[in-house]
Amino acid sequence: MFLLAAEEAAAHSWLYDNVWLIPALPAAAFVLILFFGKRLPNKGAEIGIAAIVTAFILAVLTTFTWIGDIADSGAHSEEAHSLVVDGGEAIPVDLTAEEGEVRGAPIINEVEWFGIGTDANRATLGTEANGHGEPAGGEGDTHADSDGHAEKSAFSISIGTWVDGQSVMMLFVVTFISLLVHIYSTDYVNGDRRYTHYFAFLSLFTASMLFMVLSSSTLQLIVGWELVGVCSFALIGHWWEDQANSDAALKAFLTNRVGDIGLLIGMTILYFAADQSFSIKTINEMAVAGDISKGTLQIAALCLMAAVMSKSGQFILHTWLPDAMAGPTPVSALIHAATMVVAGVYMIGRLYPVFFVGFGIAGGSINVMAFIGGLTCVGGGLLAFVQRDIKKVLAYSTVSQLGYMVLALGMGAYTAGMFHLFTHAFFKACLFLGAGSVSHACHHSFDMKADMGGLRKYMPTTFATFMIGTAALAGIPPLAGFWSKDEILVGAGVWPGTEGNGTYTIPFIFGMITAAMTAAYMTRAVWLTFFGDYRGHEEPHESGPRITVPLVILASMAVVVGFFNMPSGFVKALRLPEGWAHKFEDWVEPAGVATFVSKEANKFTHAKPSLSLAVVATALAVGAGFLVWNYYKRLYAMDPKATEYTNGMASRIPPLAAGHRVLENKYYLDHLYTGVIAGGTKGPLARAANWTNQNILDGLVNAVGSTSVVAGRFIYRFIDQGVVDGTVNASGSTASRLGQLLRGMQSGQVRQYATLMFGAATVLVAVFIFAV
Amino acid sequence: MFLNQFLFLAAILFCIGVYGVLTRKNGVLVLMSIELILNAVNINLVAFGAFHQHLSGQVFALFVIAVAAAEVGVGLAIVLLIYRNRRSINVAEANILKG
Amino acid sequence: MTYLVLQTQLTDTGEWIANIFFYIIAAVAIVAALRMVTTNNVVHASLYLLVVLSAVAATYVILGAEFAAATQILVYLGAIMVLLLFGVMLTRAKIGAETDLDHDQKWIGALVAASLGAVMGYSLWEGFGDVRMPADQVPQRTEAVADEIFSTYIVPFEALSVLLLAALIGAVVVARRD
Repeated sequence: MFLLAAEEAAAHSWLYDNVWLIPALPAAAFVLILFFGKRLPNKGAEIGIAAIVTAFILAVLTTFTWIGDIADSGAHSEEAHSLVVDGGEAIPVDLTAEEGEVRGAPIINEVEWFGIGTDANRATLGTEANGHGEPAGGEGDTHADSDGHAEKSAFSISIGTWVDGQSVMMLFVVTFISLLVHIYSTDYVNGDRRYTHYFAFLSLFTASMLFMVLSSSTLQLIVGWELVGVCSFALIGHWWEDQANSDAALKAFLTNRVGDIGLLIGMTILYFAADQSFSIKTINEMAVAGDISKGTLQIAALCLMAAVMSKSGQFILHTWLPDAMAGPTPVSALIHAATMVVAGVYMIGRLYPVFFVGFGIAGGSINVMAFIGGLTCVGGGLLAFVQRDIKKVLAYSTVSQLGYMVLALGMGAYTAGMFHLFTHAFFKACLFLGAGSVSHACHHSFDMKADMGGLRKYMPTTFATFMIGTAALAGIPPLAGFWSKDEILVGAGVWPGTEGNGTYTIPFIFGMITAAMTAAYMTRAVWLTFFGDYRGHEEPHESGPRITVPLVILASMAVVVGFFNMPSGFVKALRLPEGWAHKFEDWVEPAGVATFVSKEANKFTHAKPSLSLAVVATALAVGAGFLVWNYYKRLYAMDPKATEYTNGMASRIPPLAAGHRVLENKYYLDHLYTGVIAGGTKGPLARAANWTNQNILDGLVNAVGSTSVVAGRFIYRFIDQGVVDGTVNASGSTASRLGQLLRGMQSGQVRQYATLMFGAATVLVAVFIFAV
Repeated sequence: MFLNQFLFLAAILFCIGVYGVLTRKNGVLVLMSIELILNAVNINLVAFGAFHQHLSGQVFALFVIAVAAAEVGVGLAIVLLIYRNRRSINVAEANILKG
Repeated sequence: MTYLVLQTQLTDTGEWIANIFFYIIAAVAIVAALRMVTTNNVVHASLYLLVVLSAVAATYVILGAEFAAATQILVYLGAIMVLLLFGVMLTRAKIGAETDLDHDQKWIGALVAASLGAVMGYSLWEGFGDVRMPADQVPQRTEAVADEIFSTYIVPFEALSVLLLAALIGAVVVARRD
């Protein structure tokens, strides 16, 4: 193996060249656990944790080195931006240039993975080629043919590492969350019969995710993408004895296959469009320089969007994600909240020029990506209202937040999308692990309505961390979610004075609605879980330190990570050092966007933050949360054990004629009204003095509650369960019928199989010869 | 000499080998036909090695010979096992793969 | 020996003679192979295979691959053939002719083999129709082959030894009587 592209002349850190160690460590741990795990005192968990701790330390060191290099290479990103962006027309920036010329340019190390074929006239890759030289005393005539040198094969595939802000950020997030999840799991799955297997796959997942993150070629990206899919499959079905779990695993896997077809087609198109190159760098450069036509890029981007839709749970391929909650909760936190599901978002960021140019993001008002993202964040949020299962609420919330990220990227708000990915990983992992802790206390139930309630008294630590996570998710300042959400809304360029890449009015409205909705459904979940009276059977208890410590760490991260990207206006207002503003953008963005998207027609602009927008969005979120809070407070006053005003609504809305449904809904509304009014009348003071006030409040509560519940139920029942699941089922039964048909061919005669095999090979060869 | 002389010889031997694999019932004869196929491949490897004046063709032919030895060893073990269990090495009777 | 063979090819007459040798060897190989897959005597079939393998070894000599030829004779004729004959004996094949060696529907196999041959023949004709072997062939000496194996191909070589070990153990495990 010889280095092909270690071109950096500048002596950069040892870490950059050896960053492959970070995925290699958990991969080695996987093998070790598989072979020796069962014989060790801790059943293999110690190997996994040791590997991930080392990987984490390396990732942190890499992060700091990267930040240091960025700090050394320029005072502030603005200069670098103007240097490249405003400086002119279509500079295909040389990314292999020395460190410091282009700040944040990726550092790529590649080795030839394998090569196929040679040039026709190329005689040899003989002994000399690989540096073994003439054997001592060997006679020259035997080596008449050995004057070849190490040239690349005609078709070669490279494997390598790509270090830039985006991948360093992901390295940090993945190793950090994975470490906490490993520690958490030692308690959570303690005593499980496949404890060792669990840790082995946790390690394999971490390795695959890191491998994918460091991809330097699209092929490597695909391999990593599929590997994380396999690990996800194995971990969702960890308790496969239960039919529902193995069904969920299969559903996740098959739904992802649908998107993977898009990924393969998209990457193939890009391969041919970029003069037969798998290199992400080449593809991006050609996309920027206009060497690939916009139409081609658009088709490729559309195909890749299908992959994003399946992997990152976007409408309409999101259905697997809530089902994936069948897996162990730490897995949900790691894979289905913080890391794997953002693979799609990460891929968009990695190939951002393709999407940016292909969808014409600059100067647009709507595009496929922004639309899908917007639809997903609203649709997912609505669905979160009607769930009983706390993990499903979080799952739909994840769907919704992933939609937010895609929405951001679709509007050209690259940093905002990446930043939201970053912050979301921490607070959503915190929420999921919190939900796991709650279920640990409530005897492994996730049903908020039946088995929870009032838990704040019993589990103070979990409650506190869950509240912080909720507030961060809802976008309450100054927690992490507020900063990233605010940036996304700013990035739409709709609000006066924000000046984004275009005027994304519809996505902006979607984003505002989601901001309000997120606060509302999380308030509902928090109320049902932690407030009111306990509805379960036995006394719940706080979880042990191996569960609470990761929670506390994640919660504190959820508090602080938002400050990495404060707007400069805010920094000035607080009289903080000016360098504190836009740090995240500084560290992560330059290589991702500014150096790539530099052509005049596809000019990339940064939106300007707006204080008024932040205030309005926060007010919306707080207002929505407050309304829901009030709703449940009234309910509690009426009946401390109640969880909704009517019981069994879901069972009483049959998918009958529309008229029936309207009736049912009206019926429902009546109950809601009665309940709210009855609740209101319980306080005599309120009835007497604040009659008007209460009525307006009630109306608002009813409107919000009923609209979201009805819409959520409708989407869940008809689109989610009906259309999407129906399609999946139909494809299943078709496959089954086909299988019956093909069964006749399975005679068990090896000879017949061999005949078919050779016959098919003949046909294939003929096709290759005559058709190509 | 043409390169094709050798390639055609290899192709013909290959096809005869395929015919043998597909028609023979006796397990040992099937194994022999497989050897024929492997030899045909080896001719190709050596012929291209000679054509390109390159050693890797011959080296790979050697590897294939070694793999063939392993294959025959395991294949005969399987045939013996089948014979011991069914008193026959008729591959047509070994059909419990039937779906 | 191979050096001699190749030297003779340098002249036109020499090449002509080499061609004649090749075609004789090829004819023997093809006829023996055909007999091998059609004969109704298992022992005869193995003897025909012996002929084919020897002819292939001779082809290697013509191509200047002396070590491959030697290995072919040592491993194939010496070891694999003996193994196959053991197989014939251990499965108590009749020494005389048998009637039930072939499947009933031989034409399917023939059709597949023939179409495969047609496709391959066409592509070879199209691809290498008039490509000549280099005129100044030098034999690929065993020493050079050894250098190549133990430098460039050392990793595959080691993997191969593991494979042989695995096959050894596998064969013992599969065939052992419990």
